[in-house]
Amino acid sequence: MLTDADSIHVTGAEQIILRDLHQRFGPTAITVQKTIDQIPTFWVDRAIVHDVLKHLRSGAERSFRVLYDLTAVDERLRVHREGLPPSDFTVVYHLISFERNDDIRIKVPLKEGALEVPTAADIWPNANWYEREVWDLFGLRFAGHPNLRRILTPPTWTGHPLRKDHVARATEMDPYVLTEERELTEQEALRFNPEEWGMKRHSKTADFMFLNLGPNHPSVHGVFRIILQLEGEEIIDAVPEIGFHHRAAEKMGERQTWHTYIPYTDRIDYLGGVMNNFPYVMAVEKLAGITVPPRAQMIRIMLAELFRMASHLVFYGTMSQDVGQLSPVFYMFADRERVFHIIEAICGFRMHPAWFRIGGVAADLPQGWDTMIRDYLDYQPKRLDEYHKLVMQNRIFKARTVGVGAYTLEEAYDWGVTGPGLRACGLEWDYRKQRPYSGYDQLDFEIPTCNNGDCYDRVVVHIEEMRQSLRIIRQCLDNMPPGPYRSAHKLATPPLRDNTMHDIETLITHFLNASWGPVLPPGEAMVSIEATKGINGYYLTADGNSNSYRTRIRTPSFPHLQMIPLISRGAYVADLIAILGSIDFVMADVDR
Amino acid sequence: MSNPNDIIPGLLNIILGLAFLMMMAALLTWVERRLLGFLQDRPGPNRAGPSGSLQVVADGIKLLFKQDWIPPFADPGVFVLAPAIAMVTVMLAIAVIPATPAIGIIGNLNVGLLFFLAMSGLGVYSVVLAGWSSNNKFSLLGGVRAAAQMVSYEVFMGLSLVGVVMLSGSFNLTDIVHSQRHLWYVVPQFIGFVIFFMGGIAETHRLPFDLPEGESELGAGFHTEYSGMKFGMFFVGEYIGIMLVSAMTTVLFLGGWYGPFLPPFMWFGIKTGLLVAFFILLRAALPRPRYDQFMAFGWKLLLPLTLINILVTGALMLAGPVPS
Repeated sequence: MLTDADSIHVTGAEQIILRDLHQRFGPTAITVQKTIDQIPTFWVDRAIVHDVLKHLRSGAERSFRVLYDLTAVDERLRVHREGLPPSDFTVVYHLISFERNDDIRIKVPLKEGALEVPTAADIWPNANWYEREVWDLFGLRFAGHPNLRRILTPPTWTGHPLRKDHVARATEMDPYVLTEERELTEQEALRFNPEEWGMKRHSKTADFMFLNLGPNHPSVHGVFRIILQLEGEEIIDAVPEIGFHHRAAEKMGERQTWHTYIPYTDRIDYLGGVMNNFPYVMAVEKLAGITVPPRAQMIRIMLAELFRMASHLVFYGTMSQDVGQLSPVFYMFADRERVFHIIEAICGFRMHPAWFRIGGVAADLPQGWDTMIRDYLDYQPKRLDEYHKLVMQNRIFKARTVGVGAYTLEEAYDWGVTGPGLRACGLEWDYRKQRPYSGYDQLDFEIPTCNNGDCYDRVVVHIEEMRQSLRIIRQCLDNMPPGPYRSAHKLATPPLRDNTMHDIETLITHFLNASWGPVLPPGEAMVSIEATKGINGYYLTADGNSNSYRTRIRTPSFPHLQMIPLISRGAYVADLIAILGSIDFVMADVDR
Repeated sequence: MSNPNDIIPGLLNIILGLAFLMMMAALLTWVERRLLGFLQDRPGPNRAGPSGSLQVVADGIKLLFKQDWIPPFADPGVFVLAPAIAMVTVMLAIAVIPATPAIGIIGNLNVGLLFFLAMSGLGVYSVVLAGWSSNNKFSLLGGVRAAAQMVSYEVFMGLSLVGVVMLSGSFNLTDIVHSQRHLWYVVPQFIGFVIFFMGGIAETHRLPFDLPEGESELGAGFHTEYSGMKFGMFFVGEYIGIMLVSAMTTVLFLGGWYGPFLPPFMWFGIKTGLLVAFFILLRAALPRPRYDQFMAFGWKLLLPLTLINILVTGALMLAGPVPS
């Protein structure tokens, strides 16, 4: 959570940016919105938004190098819009400057009948997919976009699912019937047409082969399709296609109560478990104004780091399997099983415990938790040393990964790379260090980095992060503070049992929170964390209701996949598999 | 065998030999899976029969009773022919191996070594034709890789044996074993031994040289479209191939059936078995190099090494210290 000192810093920055923008675009061009998360939020008209973004990207005194998120909100049913410019649909750009550790949010109001903004794909290449997503889910057009087509829903879909007038459940639609005709249409829609992507079928000397890799392929880590343009085994170009794992997680956020949405978050990055609960509950707590007791904060960190171990072990094993090494994956899954054993003892569930609650965690730590974790902490480092010899020092493994799939720090900025992929390029930027949340500032750990940005370095960063995670877990173990595991705040859900049985008032609060869910005051907040695969953030809009008005999930894997063509051009098919392994993604984290 | 009285025992020898071979290949699939399980901290097949040994039977029944399916887009004739070639070539090649002077199908063939090389050369066709006739892009890539890989490694494998032939002065495998009575060729021909074995791994396309299959890249490579018993024939062919390469290495470099105390066929079995286990160990341990790296390794390192090996062996023989 941002401390007071941080918020003053942000306000100072806000003033400088505002002065700069006023000078350039006139004093009436910008409307300032105060948000709960203290991120400077400016509304600009769509006529000047392209210039504003361009200015912020490179010209401004305080420039923002990275497009962190781009999304939209259907504002038509929103009740609490005091002081905001009239808007039916709002496009939201979230920019980050890693150097200054600074954020800004730019909003563009759109009225029905004129749902179009100029594209930002010429400013940040990663805007390409984000804009396609907004077009797909909201039906907003981006003028000048290179290939504005659906990305998450099937090409044959009608309607734009995140609009408020689109049905939210299958039961609200007619029964689905797959006629032969429809099947043919669907199949035809999946046919890849190189010309649509500006690809040629022949060069002067050769015919290209278009290889359809996925969505069912052993090495694409889920349902992910890449169409490769090959000359021999060399990749000329690639078109990644996503959306096969789309489950409308954001839409479901608008139906579920603040409390009942927690299990859905578990399944976003399905290897991350409670790591997904973390930003969500923190965003809700920020909206509700809940302060989490220290013990709960420490438990959360410990669980999150255990899940980082579990997720990174999967990454390590599958990475070595992707380059053809069969055994390590078994050892690492066995280790992961030990982690799950602890997690199960604490949470009662293995992969998706949904164990964080608004205001704390579901229960206190069980008896004997410390012995289990201590045993594990003594066991794991030795195994990591062994794996280092087995995998990282293997010459074939090195030959397959060193110098393969490399990108520079500049490219990482351009494509919105976060997490281990960013740190492998040499930038020491970790959310836990730069913007400590939940008490990470009290813990002693380092941020591992590498310099080459290739597959090998990405693996190295992951491994070192595991060692740091073990360090953090040990500190949590040794310094676990006493006290309550959930806040006594009236919106904390479910409330502590001691607080419920005193009088009718507390009982009613409990009853309402349990049956309808807590009602959060209107407001907007985005909270991000350093998740297993990069920065994961939840941008919640509350409209004074028991459920969210808009839940935006910013996941790290989405932009990571978008840069696959860039780093695989000129490589071999086998390299592509190594690249995919080293990116560390799961498709649910991409498609949501 | 012109004498009609020899025909019956001869045929019996062939049939029993092949049956034994098939049994061993089937058993080997179980051994490999158990051994891999042991090496990878997991049980492996352990349900059917004692220690899962009947797994082989279950798999065999499953493969036999699966629908015999040929994809509509494939070239049916060639598609069926390819797995047959895979099995026939390795079985013919293994016929020339003498387990002992008495046990073997045609162990005393005077061009035994050449016959082996010819058969493993023909074996390339199975993989190439399978990849080509499947009419599938992944299969095609696998088939192309296989053609390049097997043709190249054929060269090094053949050249690595020249030293042995020079030392023993014979292509007859029985004679080659006889000439190792005092000193196994693994000592004077160590480079030849290593390169032959590596070539053997490449020929049987086993990990780390399983690029034609490359399961993490190409699905299953050349046999992506195969199922049922046609897939089973590739599978059995691969395992007989492992035994073939192990047995050949034993015969050519490890002194065949020679060894103290134990009867000759046991020595042959032990040596071959250890090499087979080494095959499996390699599979558990090593990742797969990239296709171009693998080819560069062959042509830039193995080829010069084999040529130097031949030159040095020849020079030393002329100079006289090595007995010819």
